[in-house]
Amino acid sequence: MHRTYGTPLPGMTKEHLRGRLIVVEGADGSGRTTEVELLRDWLEIQGHPVVDTGLRRSTLVGEQIDQAKQGHTLGWTTMALFYAADFADQLENKILPSLAAGSTVLADRYIYTLMARAVVRGASREWARELYGFALVPDLTIFLDARPDILLHRAIAKYGSLDYWESGMDLCLSRDRFESFFTYQGLLKTEFDWMGKEHRFRRVDANRTPELVHREVRALVAPLYGLSAKINAPA
Amino acid sequence: MFEGLDGSGKSTQARLLVKWLQAKGYRVFFTEWNSSELVSNTIRRGKKRGLLTPTTFSLLHATDFADRFDRHILPPLRAGYIVVADRYVYTAFVRDAARGCDPAWVRNMYSFAPVPDRTFYFQVPVSTSLKRKVASRQKISYYEAGMDLGLSDDVHASYERFQSRLKREYDHLATTDGFIVIDADRPVETVLAQVRKGVRPLLSNFPKTATLTHA
Repeated sequence: MHRTYGTPLPGMTKEHLRGRLIVVEGADGSGRTTEVELLRDWLEIQGHPVVDTGLRRSTLVGEQIDQAKQGHTLGWTTMALFYAADFADQLENKILPSLAAGSTVLADRYIYTLMARAVVRGASREWARELYGFALVPDLTIFLDARPDILLHRAIAKYGSLDYWESGMDLCLSRDRFESFFTYQGLLKTEFDWMGKEHRFRRVDANRTPELVHREVRALVAPLYGLSAKINAPA
Repeated sequence: MFEGLDGSGKSTQARLLVKWLQAKGYRVFFTEWNSSELVSNTIRRGKKRGLLTPTTFSLLHATDFADRFDRHILPPLRAGYIVVADRYVYTAFVRDAARGCDPAWVRNMYSFAPVPDRTFYFQVPVSTSLKRKVASRQKISYYEAGMDLGLSDDVHASYERFQSRLKREYDHLATTDGFIVIDADRPVETVLAQVRKGVRPLLSNFPKTATLTHA
């Protein structure tokens, strides 16, 4: 049974959404994308169709947001609303139809990342919550929790540098990107911890290897499908 | 702030007010609805391809407004200018409500925008709005006519029904948000006199040269 946090979207059908909505949240470098892929494979092997979704992937505004980020000129309210439009487009055109068709929707980041980013930049929690009131409450939200120093090393290993946005450089916390990264990730973490209680996140220690993380994630997901979580469980 | 249906004469009046204030020596800044580049490109694209739903329509216009607010409304306000706006957040309130969005949700979205010192609502019958629109040979756009709501296949019929909804929302806001209601179905000079009268009390203590206010 899916419900929304606040007032549903106009024209949102009351038809039963048979699929399940699973959200994976976590900072860049927390292993989110790897986890989503592993989970997708596993679910599909078990015979459950999976549709994945993430931020900035809508037909309507996805590309425009990318463009906007290049110029670094939009204010935080503008960005928050732009992201909300991107999310709403995907909710209406991808998430809801997929759930109605019985697919599992696997979200690589969801409204929580968007709310945390907005709040860290000055929005009130109430404003952010009301803005995303139309979002569906997920069946399960997994929060991949990794320490900032682990995130830092993974980012350097992967990209060779720290991303402007993931370091929160637009917040002018510090001119030193390394400093800024730590402070910014700490601020986000505070928001995630706070939201985690309110929205019942299932926290997974992501300071470990992908295999260990996946084992725990699978154990959280399996009960939704009445499955066994064992790695070598027969299909 | 100037609000009202299309063809209510509000844009003409807003420009005349700006001229008048400037002539009196005030620093004035004029801003219109729907003018920021990046977002309006997205909106235009979405409209052209028919991708917009009431929710995304609403969110994109809010995005556009937020950008314009940051750039063109807040800085002049802080610098001590009189800001005259042809349409403000109320345009979004009425359009979104007419499309079925939750009014409380929409208000929350725009809660960063300050309440204006004066809001003039140019009230005209829908028939006048349509008549002026047709007379000026402007093409009625798909969204202006609310064609996305499937009210009617005929553009004019749809426009009338959609604008009636907007009018109902405006009439309602006029009481809840304290608009100065102006009967805009009268000659330009008569309406202008009423607008000036509404603005005058605000000017009594307003400095003619902008002063910087640091908060």
